[in-house]
Amino acid sequence: MELARPYAAAFASRFLLMLQYRAAAIAGFATQCWWGGIKVMIYAAFFAAAPAAAAEAPMTLAQVITYTWLAQALLALTPWSADPEIALAVRTGGVAYDRLRPLDTYALWYVRGAAWMASRAVPRATLMLLAAGFVLPLIGLSDWAWKPPATFAAAAFFAASLPLALALSAAFLMIVNLVVAATLTDRGPNVLFNALTIVFSGNLLPLALYPDWARTALLVQPFAGMLDIPLRLYVGELQGAAAFAGLALQAFWTLALVVLGRWALARVMCRLEVQGG
Amino acid sequence: MNDLRLVGRYFGASIRSQLQYPGSAIMLGIGAFLTTIVDMLAAWALFDRFGQVQGWRLGDIAVFYGVVSTSFAITDFITRGFDVFGTEFVKTGAFDRILLRPRSPALQLLGYEFRLSRFGRLAQALVLLFVGAAVVGVQWTPEKALLLAWTLLGGVALFSGLLILQASFAFWTTESLEVFNVLTYGGIQAAQFPLSLYAGWFRNFLIFVVPLGCVAYYPVLAILDQPDPLGAPGWWLPAAPAMGFLFLGASFLAWRAGIARYTSTGS
Repeated sequence: MELARPYAAAFASRFLLMLQYRAAAIAGFATQCWWGGIKVMIYAAFFAAAPAAAAEAPMTLAQVITYTWLAQALLALTPWSADPEIALAVRTGGVAYDRLRPLDTYALWYVRGAAWMASRAVPRATLMLLAAGFVLPLIGLSDWAWKPPATFAAAAFFAASLPLALALSAAFLMIVNLVVAATLTDRGPNVLFNALTIVFSGNLLPLALYPDWARTALLVQPFAGMLDIPLRLYVGELQGAAAFAGLALQAFWTLALVVLGRWALARVMCRLEVQGG
Repeated sequence: MNDLRLVGRYFGASIRSQLQYPGSAIMLGIGAFLTTIVDMLAAWALFDRFGQVQGWRLGDIAVFYGVVSTSFAITDFITRGFDVFGTEFVKTGAFDRILLRPRSPALQLLGYEFRLSRFGRLAQALVLLFVGAAVVGVQWTPEKALLLAWTLLGGVALFSGLLILQASFAFWTTESLEVFNVLTYGGIQAAQFPLSLYAGWFRNFLIFVVPLGCVAYYPVLAILDQPDPLGAPGWWLPAAPAMGFLFLGASFLAWRAGIARYTSTGS
């Protein structure tokens, strides 16, 4: 317990600090409303244009719409870009302080990254739920609204899956951070990992809507656990044994990425030159 | 001429500094390439599953997307200074220095950075534009080539206007308003699909408020030889990109009003 205290404190302080950035949260919310709205209108047009294909699609339009709003709401939970604090520490030489602390650098950065993502997600998700879950039905657009979980079981699976998604995303964020530390700049890695995350987490398009031949491959890759698996559990697209398999995949990738991250951290720190003076 | 040479030197210095981090420059290029592919990936997957939407095919979408993305890529090479204006110039007080120099502030901001990484987007957008046009069987005539150039110019004017408007707001907020990304990156996303897919109020927004539809949807209909399914008159389709220049003009008015009321943050 005593061992975990500094890490819990690091998590809490970063979480509370980031919650202060209300203007950023509102800007993020506005952006996500725009993207979500466009996507919903486009999906609705496609489903209406080809009723035969729509009937065969693995998800109904209502499921796709709920998925879309949730994906926008939880966008900040995906490793969207490297942790800006760590990028700055690498550029200014502040990384030397983190190495001098009597703490495990990996664990410290990991909890700070997790706190950063969680604190950005909470206000955005709340606003999005209000807008898409309550305001849209009130103004008569209930066809385009964010619906409650499919069943009680779906809600329970979603609740179990969400913390795993955060753990997995934070483990991947560490990989991005280490690429930043190795290349001494965050712009290139951010753009690259950003593109990978958007596509393979299901943010761009629900992974189930890609061609059927890619289905299995898309489900077992690590990014699916960050967004797609929790959202499929929520809308009831993954049920029973498949739902448990989804949770297992999330846990497996978290472990694998933590092991990889710790190994990479050791290597990067051997070669790191501290910048600045 | 002197001004042009100055901008050339600004750009040269910027390019040399970006090449100091080759690893990052390469990743940025690949990233820009991936990002633009990504935009089309969703459209491809949707057409693969559903076949068509309101009679539009993937080739049509590629042309819509190619046109608006090319305009944005050209704008994005040179407008970084306006993009980061609030954070890097107003908040820090660095704009004072710019006002002291005997050159127009807009010119100096133009020369702030030449973003090399945007070649990825430009190449990608041009390929999509011409491959899409070949797939749907567009016959390129001198008139159509001129129309394309006019459309791209209108698009560059509109996107530059958006960036200048974003910078102008910073005079009041002393922050870069990233909400404007909704209208640039989000605008590309919206203009990628024909306006006829959208709800009426959203369509009107894209025609009358931020006229993205006028620098993509209408002129591209003329390039594709398609009538407007929503019934806009034929003469309007090639004339629409003029709205981009109107928007740019309005943005410059806001910019001048902003400079007139600028007070330094003093830091």
